[in-house]
Amino acid sequence: MVRLIDVYKAYENGSKALKGVTMRIDDGEFVFLVGPSGSGKSTVIKLMTGEIRPTEGKVLVNGYNVNTCKTSDIPHLRRTLGVIFQDFRLIEKKSVYENIAFAMRVVGASHKEIKLRVPYVLELVGLSHKARRRPYELSGGEQQRVAIARALINNPRVIIADEPTGNLDPARSLEIMTLLERINALGTTVLAVTHEKDLVNRFAKRVIAIDGGKIIGDRTGGYYSYEKT
Amino acid sequence: MKKRRRNAGGFSYFLVEGVRGIFLHGFTSFAAVGVIVACLLIMGSFALLAVNIDAMIREIEQSSQIVAFIDEELTDAAARGISSRFPRKAQENIKNSEFVSRRDALDEFAGSLEERYQRMLTGYDDNDLLRHRVVITLMDITRIEETIEQIETVEGVAWVRSDQETARELATVRRVVEAISAALIVILLLVSVFIIANTIKLATFDRREEIGIMRIVGATKAFVRWPFVVEGVLLGLCASVTGFFAQGALYSWFTGRVLGTIALLDVIPFSELMIPIAFAFVLVGFLVGVGGSLLTIRKFLRV
Repeated sequence: MVRLIDVYKAYENGSKALKGVTMRIDDGEFVFLVGPSGSGKSTVIKLMTGEIRPTEGKVLVNGYNVNTCKTSDIPHLRRTLGVIFQDFRLIEKKSVYENIAFAMRVVGASHKEIKLRVPYVLELVGLSHKARRRPYELSGGEQQRVAIARALINNPRVIIADEPTGNLDPARSLEIMTLLERINALGTTVLAVTHEKDLVNRFAKRVIAIDGGKIIGDRTGGYYSYEKT
Repeated sequence: MKKRRRNAGGFSYFLVEGVRGIFLHGFTSFAAVGVIVACLLIMGSFALLAVNIDAMIREIEQSSQIVAFIDEELTDAAARGISSRFPRKAQENIKNSEFVSRRDALDEFAGSLEERYQRMLTGYDDNDLLRHRVVITLMDITRIEETIEQIETVEGVAWVRSDQETARELATVRRVVEAISAALIVILLLVSVFIIANTIKLATFDRREEIGIMRIVGATKAFVRWPFVVEGVLLGLCASVTGFFAQGALYSWFTGRVLGTIALLDVIPFSELMIPIAFAFVLVGFLVGVGGSLLTIRKFLRV
């Protein structure tokens, strides 16, 4: 579960990214976080991953209080999350399999666990046949699926997808969003940050709209809420 | 909920990654090792110089012999009997005194030289080069200064040479060498740390995305840090081992070829110093490796 309670965030340069944001995402939900550039979406993600701490208010993520948790606890908070980026962030020198296994290895998984889990996740994202390929040998959609597999590998409770379809064509975008929907159906909470109105409208999900550091809409129904309010 | 799993990447993982880092920037790593070896050699050479001077001083300080040189105007017979004219107080502190004629002194000096240098002494008359002398062994070395003063009052004694003076002069040299060594050690340690830090900086820069991914998937700082620390330590230790053998070779060459021609200087063989030198080099290499890598990697962990 993710909760932001009256959260304010001001950066050192004086810019106020969030001005009293309150939101709650329950386990098993699929939520779109939408808003224009500079609206505060990235700040919400950074708060959730413990990269920054709120200036005021409270941020609770999967039982961790981001305000008060120790720096040494941040890695453990992050292990409950799976983060997907617009630019995939795959390691070019490693194969698809190694990219995914790497995420398990860094959290201390054994070789046996890795051997069991990686093929399962690769199958889930439909890339079993490309396990030995390098990222540059794959299409954008396939690379994003590898990134999703990497996010999933440590069995996170929440997947945070930051503009996951930003670099993809409409068909591949739909494919990725459908995959995230499937993952959500298996029980993982998904928070997808996006600009893409058509895609959001296509999926009848909860949409939280943010603008100017404030929540301006929170509705279920698959539309760009902030445009309607 | 807060089930924690320890990073069990294992030391083998860190070692493999550390070695990979070294070969990723082979030339930089090689250059770093080279510079650190040079720094270690300079530090080591000064330290060895200080140790040798220290040993010489200690040996001299323990020497209870003084030499009274006889005035050239004195007849041979008077010179031979001069020790009987030493004051009573001085005599009380003399354990043994031996007259050495200028001929014997010249022979002894020639004998201490290599054959090729002995030729330089041919053609000198016995009377030309050295003085008669009395080699005196003292009973109580703490009374050396007063005994010298008393002997110098005797008519016919030109001057008294005490190794204590040499020891005092050497002590000044030692203080200078120690001061230079200390300054050099600090400077060169900083240079070494900087070199390692720079090498690790390149490695971390090359792997900055990897580090970012590691952090975002939940790797602890220690897990991210270890491969770079291992890389730094391996570079430092590599430099230590190379530096140790280079120091041994340099010292043996210098003492054999250069100091070997100066028969009066007695240097400590490297075999007697190799254990502390090896320990110091390994310690420096290790600390420089750890320090340099930690200095750099800290910045990359702020994700």
